[in-house]
Amino acid sequence: MFSHAEGKIELLTGNEIVVRAALAAGANAFFGYPITPTTEILQGWAQEAKDNKGLIYLQTEDEPAAGFGLLGAALGGKKAWTTTAGAGHLLMQDAVVVAEAMRIPFVAYIGQRGGPSTGTVIYSQQELSIARDGGNGEGFRMVLGPSNLQELYELMIKSFDIAWRYRLPVFVLGDGYLSKMTGEVELKKSATTCPAKPIVQNGKKVVNLRNCYSLEDEIATVIKEELKDFGKIAKEIEMSEALNCSDAEVVVFAWGTVGSAAREAVRKLRKEGKKVGLFRPITLKPFGATRAKQAVRKAHSILIAESAFGKFGRLVTESLFGLEGLKVERLYKPAEGILSEEIEDRLRGMLDGA
Amino acid sequence: MEPRMPKCYKKESKPSSFCPGCGHSLTLKNLGFVMDEMKIADSTVFATDIGCSLLAWDFFDVDTVQAHHGRVTAMAAGLKRALPKSVVLAYMGDGGGYAIGLHHLIGAARRNDPITVILVNNTLYAMTGGQMAPTTFKGENTSSSPEGAFADEEPLLGPEFLRPVCHKEAFLARTSVDNPFELKKYLKEAIETQKKGNFSFVEVLSYCPVNWKTDARGTMDFMDHLKEIYKIGVIE
Ligand SMILES: Cc1ncc(C[n+]2csc(CCOP(=O)(O)OP(=O)(O)O)c2C)c(N)n1
Ligand code: SF4
Repeated sequence: MFSHAEGKIELLTGNEIVVRAALAAGANAFFGYPITPTTEILQGWAQEAKDNKGLIYLQTEDEPAAGFGLLGAALGGKKAWTTTAGAGHLLMQDAVVVAEAMRIPFVAYIGQRGGPSTGTVIYSQQELSIARDGGNGEGFRMVLGPSNLQELYELMIKSFDIAWRYRLPVFVLGDGYLSKMTGEVELKKSATTCPAKPIVQNGKKVVNLRNCYSLEDEIATVIKEELKDFGKIAKEIEMSEALNCSDAEVVVFAWGTVGSAAREAVRKLRKEGKKVGLFRPITLKPFGATRAKQAVRKAHSILIAESAFGKFGRLVTESLFGLEGLKVERLYKPAEGILSEEIEDRLRGMLDGA
Repeated sequence: MEPRMPKCYKKESKPSSFCPGCGHSLTLKNLGFVMDEMKIADSTVFATDIGCSLLAWDFFDVDTVQAHHGRVTAMAAGLKRALPKSVVLAYMGDGGGYAIGLHHLIGAARRNDPITVILVNNTLYAMTGGQMAPTTFKGENTSSSPEGAFADEEPLLGPEFLRPVCHKEAFLARTSVDNPFELKKYLKEAIETQKKGNFSFVEVLSYCPVNWKTDARGTMDFMDHLKEIYKIGVIE
């Protein structure tokens, strides 16, 4: 799917990769507030901005300030972005709904940590629902879920392209493991992403943008238009990985870091000739329901594995609704990692039990 | 003689949605004249908060954007960083500025962000029906401090409060809508200050006859009373 020819290989942490990807995508403004496990991203950008006066950097007084600062900079034509996690992610939703309402490009990397509340600083997949739908509107945002460091790099670059091509918010939904782990990544020499242009002070015409309406039918008309547009964009950007699904009797559904563990389990069992497959959405919003259905054509059962209690599971079962006789098993471990062995064991049981 | 309407008014949006006798309209009218006189309408981004200020989203033929309640200062900070050559105006009410968004004001003031904040002080939350604000004076009757109950704190004096954290070249002042000459003078000085790279802040004591429940005479008297509580002038 991604071509990373001509690249150079480096050993980096996930958080370092996020900064490199943003730079490769032409990002030139960052607004943020420290929170584990993403703080090194803010520090990394500060380090870059210290020597490069072309880069805007502001450590703000809180996450809403980071989000609204980002919005202001994006309105002014800067490829602006932020990063946060957990309770900071909650506060960041304040600005994200403005990005939805006024169609302002907005890029955020989220390093999911344990919840509820301050929870842990370590890891989870519990921020999926707020990333997808954490606003008070219809959720006009895209959510990308990288499963490993290389994909983190590629999807971060892509997030800027999507945000500016379609003028909407994009979350890259990573996690504490991905942020903190070190590994080899192939960096691009250059990446072409949609250029940023000023929305206000655009030299053409006066712009009056609002997020507040006085009449029901006024806002309903706007929402209808947005829904239509969103559907079109969704078709263009939807991505997923379907591994060995065409003849699979059991398909595991997983995303992000857990998707990597599931991939490993599926590969191992395939070597033994077991008919298992993996369906891993790369875009969590839009969620590729049609492809998900295709992936289970031959399956009698599915296993949903996630480090949360059914946030992803509900998405999966909703998208497979109407498929009769499909058995659903769940491996839900909120705020805890899932090993490939655990998935493998469950899959074995499901194959035997059939 | 001054023209009746500023050139930078958006004619299609007039008459505006502000109530008759509202101090917002007077503030904006004078701001319009200032933008005309300084010839900055094309190079200005006007950012509104949520409160009755939101009604100004299409008031001017000037680039205008809207934030959330209290967040306009943070948005202005981002706008100015991206557009250092443009004039960035953040327009808000006293609830937005002094309650939910106070730390954004402090942040911008401490950083000496070269923006101009225009804060309309009508001593209450007008848009939501006249509840108590940080500017409500002791014993003031609002919809959430009936007959003055609960209004037992000293009102927040915004520019005086911000002064100690501001750069020495920052401009902070308080004026009132019944003195258009001074209002324009301070707005101009604030924008000049922004152009020189410093933070500027103008609090405007403003009428809200609807929530004050005052007639014309009562509105004037209310304003006179406000001027006893809130010192007019440049805050040094
Ligand atoms: C986050 C949030 N909280 C509450 C509100 C509801 N609300 C809308 S306007 C407003 C108060 C406005 O008062 P002020 O800022 O003083 O402006 P005024 O209307 O008096 O001009 C409130 C509380 C909101 N829009 N957003
Ligand atoms: S409610 Fe008060 S502040 Fe709001 S428009 Fe009416 S008079 Fe003006």
